[in-house]
Parts: sequence; C-alpha cells; structure tokens
Amino acid sequence: MSQRRFAEALLDPEAPLPPGLVGPQGRPAPKRFAVYRNNVVGSLTRTLEAAFPTVQALVGAEFFAAMAGAFLREHPPRTRVMMLYGADFPAFLDQFPPARHLGYLPDVARLEQAIRESYHAADSAPLPEAEFQKLLGSDIADLRLRLAPSLRLVRSRWPIWSIWAAHAEAGPPPRPGAEDVLVLRPDYDPRPHLLPVGGGAFIAALQSGCTLGEGLDLAGPGPDLAAIIGLLISGRAIVGVGE
Amino acid sequence: MLDQMLTMLPARPGVGYKPQHLPAILQDAGPVGWLEIHAENYMGAGGRPLAQLRHLAERFPISVHGVGLSIGGEGPLGRDHLARLKHLCDGLNPASFSEHLAWSTHDGAFLNDLLPLPYTPETLSRVCDHIDQVQEALGRRMLLENPSTYLAFAETTLSEVDFLAAVARRTGCGLLLDVNNVYISAVNQNYDALGYIDAFPLHLVGEVHLGGHDEDRDDQDNRLLIDSHGTKVVDPVWALYAQVIDRAGPLPTLIEWDNDVPDWPVLVAEADRAARILEPVT
Repeated sequence: MSQRRFAEALLDPEAPLPPGLVGPQGRPAPKRFAVYRNNVVGSLTRTLEAAFPTVQALVGAEFFAAMAGAFLREHPPRTRVMMLYGADFPAFLDQFPPARHLGYLPDVARLEQAIRESYHAADSAPLPEAEFQKLLGSDIADLRLRLAPSLRLVRSRWPIWSIWAAHAEAGPPPRPGAEDVLVLRPDYDPRPHLLPVGGGAFIAALQSGCTLGEGLDLAGPGPDLAAIIGLLISGRAIVGVGE
Repeated sequence: MLDQMLTMLPARPGVGYKPQHLPAILQDAGPVGWLEIHAENYMGAGGRPLAQLRHLAERFPISVHGVGLSIGGEGPLGRDHLARLKHLCDGLNPASFSEHLAWSTHDGAFLNDLLPLPYTPETLSRVCDHIDQVQEALGRRMLLENPSTYLAFAETTLSEVDFLAAVARRTGCGLLLDVNNVYISAVNQNYDALGYIDAFPLHLVGEVHLGGHDEDRDDQDNRLLIDSHGTKVVDPVWALYAQVIDRAGPLPTLIEWDNDVPDWPVLVAEADRAARILEPVT
C-alpha cells in the first residue's frame, strides 16, 4: 500500500479506503481509518482556530470549521511548522463564495496573520534614547528608519482595527470606513494600533526604504509625524537609522 | 555516535512543557526534574516561545521531541526541516532528542499526524537510512518512539518490537518506550501488552512516556483506544510501567498531557505517582 493512497484518502472524505488496512480480525476497518482522518482534519482546524480567533468569532465555530475544512483540503500544509500554516488563509477567504457577503473577513484575517507573524518574528533591540537625542539636532527629513522585524502594517478599506478591538477587547461596535493598522511588539506581546489618516502610506513608504521626508510627501496631508514617531518609539520599533 | 549515552536526562519524572505552567514551574517544580518540548513549536525566528525556552534551559534539562521529521516516509527526509532541527539543537544542546516511528509528509504536503507504516524488510531499510541521516546531521544519538496504532497492514511481516530492535541495532539509536502507546496498540491490535514489554529491548530505552487516551468502538464493536494525551494515565498503564521500571531500573519518565491541559497540581500528582514507582519506599 503506497503512502500516496493513504494520504489522498485522509484528506478526501469521499475517497475509498486504501486496500490492505485491516483490524485485528483481518477485516477492513473504516472506523479505524477514520481516527487518522479525524486527527488530521481536527489538528489542522485547531491550528487555524488558534491563529484566527476573531475570524472565528465573526462567523461562528461551525461556519469557521467548514471554511477551515475547505481550506485545508485545498491547501494542505507545505510546512511542518504549524505556526506558519495558514499564511494563505486570508487570500483563500477572498475567493471563498460562502463568505463573499462578509467583505471585511479576509482583511480581518490578514490582521490576525500579521499579529501571529509579529509574535514569532526575530527579536531586536530598539535604538537607544541617547542616539535619538543626537539625531534631533540634524535634519530628520533625510533620515531613513530601520524598523523592527516584528513590525507589520495592514491596510484595509474596512474598519479592521475596530472589528478586532470589538472582539478582542470588547471595544465599541465598528463604524464603516477604511482603517490602516500598525502591529508593534515592544516586548513579546504584539499589539495592533489604529493609524491616523495617511499613516498607512507613511509607514509603507518607510518600509520600502524612503526617508522620513519622502514618506511625508507620499502620505499626503494629514499624518501627524510626531504622533507616529512617538508610536514607533514607544513600540520599540525603530532599531536603527541611516542617511 | 555509539559511544554516547542513551540519554542525559535524569531518571526522574518530567512533563511536557506548557507556557501556562511557567510561573508554577519556576516557583516549585516539585518532583519534576526535566521538561520536554515539541521541536516544531520552537522553530520561529524569535519572540516569547524561544525566550522562555532559553530561560527554562538554564534551570532544567530539556528533551527535544520532534513530531515532523516523517522518519517513516517513503520520500526523502526534508532537508530544510532537518536544518531547522539542527539549528534548534545546536543552540539548546538538549539532554535528549527523540522522534517517532511514523510518517507525516507525502509529496510535499504535511499531514500533521503520526501515521502508521507496515513493518517489512523494505520499510526497515528506509527507516534505518533516515535515522542514519538524522543522527549524522544532528551529530547526536536519537531515541525512536514506538507508535500508537489503530489498524494493521496486511503486508506487515515483522513484529513492531522486532522492527524497533533491528532499527536500534543497525543505526545505534536508542528507543523511547511509550507505555501508553504499548497499551493502546495492544488493545487495538489484540495482542498482549506484557508480552510486548517482555520482548522489548529494555536495555536500549533512554526515556519512557506515559499519557492518557480515549476509548471508542470499531466497526466490529471491538474496543478502540485513541491516543489523546488529554486525560490521566489509566491504571493498566501504570501497572505496565511498574513492570518496565522493575525490569529496567529507573528511567526518565514523561507525563504527556497536550490537550485539555490541566492545572499544574494535577500534572504534579501524576509526576508524583511516577516518582513513587521510580523510587519505591524501602
């Protein structure tokens, strides 16, 4: 019996049982094979539940399990490290017809994936306070900030931070509107922050290597530079500067 | 490789590490003398899991237990995964590394379960090749764990004990004896658990696992035990364990509880029970 037959039958509930698998009396054993099927589907579903708790809260446990089942059959893990499994779950939700009426759902999943990536990202030391003080004398518009590996930016036309906060922190009901979210991990706990208007474009520009001045130009009117830099400093997210 | 000891773990109870137990462990570990982690949960780039692990490794011997190598797989071992494992072990220098007689990958897909293989001369030679590669890559002797199984393969020609003994003989690896798995497989496959222990090469065992299981019924209404690691160790498994320790002497013994994880005192009570068997009052 090849492992190919075994593996295919695990993920396809309609597939016939692989031949040559028997119980103690030498007879075919569908309920015994079902233990392996349940283990595989159950463990991968639990991985996705742990990674996307707000998505699960939004659609309910039963609907989430059905989505997870469809996803894991179409996208079985290519990694053996479960903290990495599900990175393409948000893109799958973009194309998942039964959830199409929930337009915000894929971006909420992107925010949760960003939080998860931040949690496991490499550690980094913030730029020391004294270094900042020295820089304040210079023309800061020409500075390029090096950002922490745990920093993530999620930009959305949906109020994803408000939706996340309503579920994770019992925040007020979300109102319609675009929200850009910055995930920072000052120590070991990633935290999503709602960015002011223009803040998402500004951070995206810094991530692509722009100077602070170029970032402000790209962000257009609106972003309060001091407030955003303050957020980055308190989030220990600036790990270096360059010209 | 062969001159390495079977294990550097102390012959005391250990537990599977769960982050919610960290404060209790640091305050008073009680009878718990070492901790086991699942390798794949510590393969991130950084963050809290690795920071906690470094902290614990300064205080406790650590056993790294892999669940993703797919040693019984038909395909070649995953080079990337072996490299991640080497990175983890090189940084941590654990007291033990162990993996399973099972497979979990096929054609690049990872199925996240410990799947069974038939025991034949062909699978024996494949498993031995894979273990040779693992031991060479890690530069350390590994322990191979007996699986819990729910069904059998018509093509099997070797007993599980003979298969494991042959792997250990050919590769020089040690064995991890999961007594709960012995009990589960014995009930599920309708053989005598004590007979399995009688035949097992106990002198090659570097670690013992004890855990809980669930009970169901198969298509013919036979008992079907399911390895759940979500309950206390049952009395028949404790009795088998006492037999193992009576014959083999004290061994590092893990209380494995991965699902519906209880509060720390419940785990300590299980570890205490193992400690009483390891060091009987004279």
